[in-house]
Parts: sequence; structure tokens; C-alpha cells
Amino acid sequence: MTEKIDIKGEKDMPAMAMSLGLMDWNKTGSWRNLRPVIDYEKCTRCMICWKFCPDACILIRDEEPVIDYDYCKGCLICAEECPRDAISVVKEE
Amino acid sequence: MKLTIPEQELMQSGHLACQGCGATLAMRYALKALGQNTVLSIPACCWSVIDGPFPYSSLKVPIFHTAFETAASAASGMEAGLEMMGDKDTQVVAWAGDGGTFDIGIQALSGAAERNDNIMYICYDNEAYMNTGIQRSSATPRLSWTTTTPENHPKETPKKDMVGIMAAHRIPYVATCSVAYPEDMVKKVKKAKDTQGCKFIHVFAPCPTGWRSAPETCVKLARLAVQTKVFPLYEIFNGVDYKINVKPAKPKPVTEYVKLQGRFRHLTEADIKQIQRTVDWEWERLLKMAEGCEETEEKKGKKKKK
Repeated sequence: MTEKIDIKGEKDMPAMAMSLGLMDWNKTGSWRNLRPVIDYEKCTRCMICWKFCPDACILIRDEEPVIDYDYCKGCLICAEECPRDAISVVKEE
Repeated sequence: MKLTIPEQELMQSGHLACQGCGATLAMRYALKALGQNTVLSIPACCWSVIDGPFPYSSLKVPIFHTAFETAASAASGMEAGLEMMGDKDTQVVAWAGDGGTFDIGIQALSGAAERNDNIMYICYDNEAYMNTGIQRSSATPRLSWTTTTPENHPKETPKKDMVGIMAAHRIPYVATCSVAYPEDMVKKVKKAKDTQGCKFIHVFAPCPTGWRSAPETCVKLARLAVQTKVFPLYEIFNGVDYKINVKPAKPKPVTEYVKLQGRFRHLTEADIKQIQRTVDWEWERLLKMAEGCEETEEKKGKKKKK
């Protein structure tokens, strides 16, 4: 996990234009107003949701798809593409 | 559980793309196919924003942010530098949007294609300048709404045939991909990586923000574009050998594709009929181009088997 990098002055700058860390500090989950929820009883582990996630936030844990709500922006492509309708949509409070 | 595309993830969550962005899907699949040993050259386009502000990046491969018109020439330079250092394995990829390919970057791209530099050029096509506020580009389809072609004056000219232009350079490999067909895309990018010389890949990447469509329909729209023959999937070898990858058995009418998008909301039935005629004409033309080519492809395969 990258911490936010604090550049106060010239001394903290790298020698050339380059990246010093990944964007994973940016928890895009706060953008979401609709939440996809996987029903594991209906799910056949086809991983189509994993395949079509534009935020790469459906993780594979023990051969199961798990949505990382820290980053899920709530685009609902997973719910739309699920062939078994195993992903329901819940309104965020 | 069986995965149809590589599991390796070189795109980090936390990037700045809009909800349901097709361009991020394109990048994800391309990097899955290319692997870690890749250098990207990105001009001004959505991806120069999506990647994140200095000093961060959301890709786990080196990226060189360059000026709008220079994606291909920067990639050519990097390739020459790597060659001087004796590195023959690293694949240099120019990754540009439709504006940076069809309009502003075409001169540098044409130069790189003519020199047949060993680079891969991937254009993700969202059919307008989305990142600056949905201005029309030469990739915008006819009769489409954008902020510079308002509803009472929609775009009058058709989309530029970029794949045809690249094929006319007689480069070894040209292909079209869609984010709705990831297996096909991974296969094509891998094939391009194994080909020596200049490679051009045109990826269809819907933009929910600019197309005024719901974010969840991103993949559905990309799939409909192939099924309605609006965006056919095909490959061109050495600029002459055409191979159509997806031939829809029962093509859907373009209405299904058009009605999901707000940018086509102003179209009358006559307009849609006209679009359908153009799409059918283009498809017939593509079939004619591919006629005889597939036989030679098969013959080549048979020869190899012997």
C-alpha cells in the first residue's frame, strides 16, 4: 500500500519526471452510490464479473470473486454481465 | 474456476477513470497480454489523466507521458534506445486515444509505420475528445452528437477509416479489437507482440460519459457494436490478407445499438435507416476484401501441417 507522498520543496522532488508510488491510496469506493452484492449461492464462479471490471477491484480469493468495496466505483457492469443474475444492486446510504 | 484471460494484474485499482470506462478495460486486457516487460508512450488522452497525478501512477509498467502528436515518434525513439542497449525483449507500446491517432498523431504514426519500426501502436477509440469535454474528432461517427456538433448540426461526415489507412502502409499486422471480446483482444495483442515490425491495433472502447449512456452498458454497447456490424472484428496481415474474426450469424439491427446512447437521441427513423444502409455497405465491402484471403490463410496452415 502506497502512502500519500508529501512533496514540500525541491529537495523532495525526484531527479527526473517519474512516479514514486501507486495510486492505491486513492480509495475510489467513495464515488459509489449503488453497491453490487454477490449472492454466492447463485454464483457459479464463472469469473465473468472479474473479467469485465474496469477498476480491477473484483479480487480472486479461494477461487471465488470478492468485490473490494474500497475501490468499487459502482459502475454495475458486473451486475449487468452476470449470466446468472447473481449480483444484486443495493442503494448506498 | 477457469480463467479465460491471464490472471496477472498490471493495472492498479484507484485510478481516476469515470465509472464504467471502456478505455481502462482496454488497458487492463492489453497489459495482461503484454506482461511486465513493456514500456508505454502515452500522449495527451484520457489515459494521461486516468493514470494519476505526479508522483503517482496506476500502472505497474514504465510510462512516458509525451506531447499529443508524438506518441509514435516517442515510441520509435525508445525502441531505438533499447536496441542500442542490446535489449530486444522489451516491447515498446504507443497507447493513444482516437484524437491522438486519427487527427493529431497521424503524421508521427504514418512515419513510424513507413519506417516499419518495431513498435506496437494501440489506439483506444471512444469516438471523440472525451477528456477535454466531448469535442468531435475524425473518429466520431456520422450524425453523432458532441459538444461541437450539437443536435441541430450533428456531424455530417463519416468516421475515418483508420484501419484502412494503416493497412495501406503495408505493415505486418493490423487488427481491430473490442473490450467486449477480451479473449480475442488478448490473443491479438500477443500475436502482435510476436510479430516483428510496426503493429497497429484499434480497440473499440465505449465512453459512458461522452456517449450519454449508462455506465453498466459499456460492455453491452461494445458487444452490440460487433453484433450489429458497426465495428467488425478483423485482422489484416501485410496490408492485404484480410481475416474476419467474428461474423454475426444473425446480425442485429443498428437501432438496438443506437437507442442505448444519448448522443444519438435526436435521430429520426430515416436517419437510422441511412446508418443501417451505410453499415451494411461497409460490411459487404469488408466481405469482398476478405474474399479469397481466408483460403490463402487456410492453405498456409495446411502447408505448415505438412
